[in-house]
Amino acid sequence: MTTTEQNIDEILIPILEQVSDPEIPVLSIMDMGVVRSAVIKNNIVKVEITPTYSGCPAMDVIGDDIKKALQEAGYESEIDLILHPAWTTDWITPRGRKALEDYGIAAPLNAEADKEVLLNGKRIVKCPQCRSTNTRLVSQFGSTACKAQFQCDDCQEPFDYFKCLK
Amino acid sequence: MKNENLYNYILGIADNSLILGQRMGELCGHGPSLETDIACTNISLDLFGQVRSYFQYAAKIAGDKRTEDDIAMLRKEREYKNVLLVEQPNTNFAYSIGRQFLFDVYHLAFLTELQKSSDLTLSAIANKCVKEVSYHERFSSDWVKRLGDGTEESNQKMQEAINDLWTYTDELFHQTPADIAMVTEGVGVDVTKLKEKYYKQVSELLQEANLEVPESKWFQKGGKEGIHTEHLGYLLSDLQYMQRTYPNMEW
Repeated sequence: MTTTEQNIDEILIPILEQVSDPEIPVLSIMDMGVVRSAVIKNNIVKVEITPTYSGCPAMDVIGDDIKKALQEAGYESEIDLILHPAWTTDWITPRGRKALEDYGIAAPLNAEADKEVLLNGKRIVKCPQCRSTNTRLVSQFGSTACKAQFQCDDCQEPFDYFKCLK
Repeated sequence: MKNENLYNYILGIADNSLILGQRMGELCGHGPSLETDIACTNISLDLFGQVRSYFQYAAKIAGDKRTEDDIAMLRKEREYKNVLLVEQPNTNFAYSIGRQFLFDVYHLAFLTELQKSSDLTLSAIANKCVKEVSYHERFSSDWVKRLGDGTEESNQKMQEAINDLWTYTDELFHQTPADIAMVTEGVGVDVTKLKEKYYKQVSELLQEANLEVPESKWFQKGGKEGIHTEHLGYLLSDLQYMQRTYPNMEW
């Protein structure tokens, strides 16, 4: 069973919120849901992060950035990469979804709608520029592993859609 | 090594992803369109990411100085345990898609079962990978349909690729001694049980794509025992180039 519980010491939250995804700088790693636990034990912060995709090249950078941010706040830290439970787009917070949209990336729909979009070409993904749903899939794979390429047929802008991962 | 069967079992799984990932990566900058180029390299990236999880685990089991990089880069041809299918070259786009499709259908079914493994690390890796591979399978199935049901020429090329690659499909369902030992322990997946459903699913999609299901019952084998087609040597010379030229270099 997938557990969505996070275990993060409150005092660490503001520090971790400063660390962002290097490929989506507007999105903090907290809002993305990749930090699964962060606890202080014997003056060392133990952080567990989980990758969005297995091959996500951002994970090494995220680990280093967390270490740096914690160090600046006066903490030594150990970072562990965990695979279970596997990350899902459901862990992106409402604030994270808004940050994505503001940045020009369409936020993930639910799993059913995602299938309709990617398999049946249904036009329901909202263009982050003009809010039209007259959009179509260009390719299931986009600029990074987690995104698909779309184009809006109203304003003609191409944009990324954050694929639903469940 | 304490658990040699488990080590070999993991390599058997991981080598498929490593070699197929390298093949797809070869298309970087050579895809037929920008979108397909990006898609193929994204698939490659997913596969390499999966390989890292497997090899990190294998290195831990080996319990010596071996690292994930050593396992990936410092073995000889005969020590790679991937199936022959994944090492077949990118003859043309239909071959790349055909190879991907014939592997994806198997890969998805395999990972779905591996999630039930009694080995918690393997089940966690499978749980992660199955989500990614379901995207791969959608992509390759879509392209088989587009090419098969496209123009006369695309249909002919897709058919040729499927006909040629068909001979490598049966090996997916062969078991090595390590496989059998791991199945008995509840760690591994009994691939023989996936065969019937595989051929049914593949055949249905080929028919939908206006392609003929090959009738040949003669199949190639050997990859799982390290006996490869000549293509693997060339692939490895590319993959291992940096380690051969600058031994022990680090990125």
